[in-house]
Amino acid sequence: MLTYTFRRLLLSIPTLLFIAFVIFMLLELAPGDPMGQMPLTIPDEVKQRMREALGLGEPWYIRFGLWLYQFFVVEPQYWIDSAFGTNFADGKQRIISFQSRSPVFDTIAQRLPQTLWVVGMSYVVGVAIALPIGIISAYRQYSVFDQAGTFISMIGFSVPPFFSGVLVIVIFSVQLGWLPSIYDTTHQVVDWETFKFQLRQMIMPVMVLALQTTAQVSRYMRASMLDNLGQDYVRTARAKGMSESVVVLKHVVRNSMIPVVTVIALGLPAIFGGAIITEQIFKVNGLGQLLILALQGADIPMVMTITFLLAVLIVLMNLIADVLYGVLDPRIRYD
Amino acid sequence: MPDRAQPILDVQGLKTVFQTRGGEVHAVNNVSFDLAPGELLGVVGESGSGKSVTMMSLLGLLPSPPADVRDGTVMFQGRDLLKLDLRELRRVRGGEVGFVFQDPMTSLNPVFNVGMQIMEPLRKHMGMSKKAAAARAQELLELVGIPDAKQRLLDYPHQFSGGMRQRVMIAIALACDPKVLIADEPTTALDVTIQAQILELMKDLRDKLGMAVIWITHDLGVIAGIADRVIVMYGGQVVEHAPVRELFANPAHPYTRALLKTIPKIHGAREKRLTIIEGQPPILNAHPTACPFLDRCDVAMPVCARKNPQRFEVNAHHDAACFHADPLEVAHAG
Ligand SMILES: Nc1ncnc2c1ncn2[C@@H]1O[C@H](COP(=O)(O)OP(=O)(O)O)[C@@H](O)[C@H]1O
Ligand SMILES: [Mg+2]
Repeated sequence: MLTYTFRRLLLSIPTLLFIAFVIFMLLELAPGDPMGQMPLTIPDEVKQRMREALGLGEPWYIRFGLWLYQFFVVEPQYWIDSAFGTNFADGKQRIISFQSRSPVFDTIAQRLPQTLWVVGMSYVVGVAIALPIGIISAYRQYSVFDQAGTFISMIGFSVPPFFSGVLVIVIFSVQLGWLPSIYDTTHQVVDWETFKFQLRQMIMPVMVLALQTTAQVSRYMRASMLDNLGQDYVRTARAKGMSESVVVLKHVVRNSMIPVVTVIALGLPAIFGGAIITEQIFKVNGLGQLLILALQGADIPMVMTITFLLAVLIVLMNLIADVLYGVLDPRIRYD
Repeated sequence: MPDRAQPILDVQGLKTVFQTRGGEVHAVNNVSFDLAPGELLGVVGESGSGKSVTMMSLLGLLPSPPADVRDGTVMFQGRDLLKLDLRELRRVRGGEVGFVFQDPMTSLNPVFNVGMQIMEPLRKHMGMSKKAAAARAQELLELVGIPDAKQRLLDYPHQFSGGMRQRVMIAIALACDPKVLIADEPTTALDVTIQAQILELMKDLRDKLGMAVIWITHDLGVIAGIADRVIVMYGGQVVEHAPVRELFANPAHPYTRALLKTIPKIHGAREKRLTIIEGQPPILNAHPTACPFLDRCDVAMPVCARKNPQRFEVNAHHDAACFHADPLEVAHAG
């Protein structure tokens, strides 16, 4: 298993390089100009010099090489420096945003916690709700509970977050006035009251994102459970005198989780993608909002870096899914 | 000969119906049989004759819906199993009655090692500690003839061959020293040589442990070597019941005679080709009102279409559900 993981890690390097190249070329070929939002009164030649100052005068392969060098060498060196007090990165240029002129990773580090809180929490909540729903729906197939679960999943599948997000804002913030409609990122949790406020401002974005996760994962879990409930080994477990909870929660769930774990791992990057829109709606200034603003401002280093990080997450989650599959299913051997 | 006066299991008038979209399926109709302590009872009948459904009904192992055990009594150690609540029933399952199923490839849970699967009933029914259960599990694997038992406890089902898996299943069924072992076509899915080994093992284990065994098969040849008594099932009913020698020497039901003809013979005159029983098994969509074997029977009489024959006594230990065995009918026709 270890050699397999290691081999997969090595293999993911060319994959990621290729992805980086594709993202870079897409941004290169896309229309858009970092100077596009500068006042019209600035003369063209000044703008041209500003472009050159940003490094845009160089040919694309130089700029691509430089970005790779900065991403894979300078940035790690910089983290090592700040962690251990060394000075590997001295005098080396980090990846700099066109818009803010500050290092891209500093901005990302500021924004990441908001996204992690909202997106991460929604994924945990979504999965935690989905699994029991899937289990009960399958065990009591065609019951009222199962029908209700099917209905909710259908909503989760078919209603996009930009609609459900606005809907819950209208209902719970505008009409009922129970929950804040704007996510206050400066809010600090120091005591019980502020913690309650944090919970209240998280509820809506978390629920909107969790609905999607719940819909998907519960369907997969239900289907997988139904597959397994009809298997011969379930009858064997009952014939051994095991109680229903042992039969279902131990024997059947353990088998049913194998494909579902893959779905959960692979769904994580997708939910980050979905968060881009949700963050816009609830005014969470996380990574999603950062990416949108960077796109609008043609801030190529920022867009490139965030998009690439998302790609890394996807590749990593694929790897984790495969490894977990091998861990959960003793029939799988990777060597 | 085992003592039939004090049966350990006594099934009377069992009736199981499936509710399906196409209507009711009367899978088991008025089935009665008993089992003496230490006896090996063979149950034969072609596929679909209701053998499995009968045995699963005894311990409530059929999912309900669609299954509905409508009628009958299943007396086991002075209690009617059909009236027990689930908690008491679970104590019987795997504790006092062990089950071995047909397909060893799918009957074990693929994600748990066999040690855990053998230890589960030990810990539940016998309240053993982990350590004691592990020791007993190893003993059981040795008992069913699996070499390297200690190591093999940690192996997963896919690491065993079909025959070895069936031995594991037998080990699980025997774990808690059951009084009755129900083996539902335990050798059907196996190669012929492995079948013979499992048969030998079962004979051996029964002599050693002395439990009663119900051995289900669709192969009369298998039964001949091991059973004390045989019941023949057809269309969800018991059509004949006799000690094994008597059945082979003097079959009273046309279906049993047809079954006997299908056994390939090694000695004696060879038939031109293997015989098959012509026709289709009955459709069980209602409570039977005629003999279920009517359509395929070569000695059918008018009465066979009017009434479903009860089990008529052929002699003290032998009965058959055929009007040809009914003294009144025979006198009438003769
Ligand atoms: N879940 C079910 N739903 C409907 N009919 C069933 C079901 N299980 C079994 N049956 C019917 O019960 C009859 C007996 O089946 P079974 O006991 O499995 O036969 P066998 O003698 O081969 O073990 C068959 O005709 C089958 O169609
Ligand atoms: Mg069967």
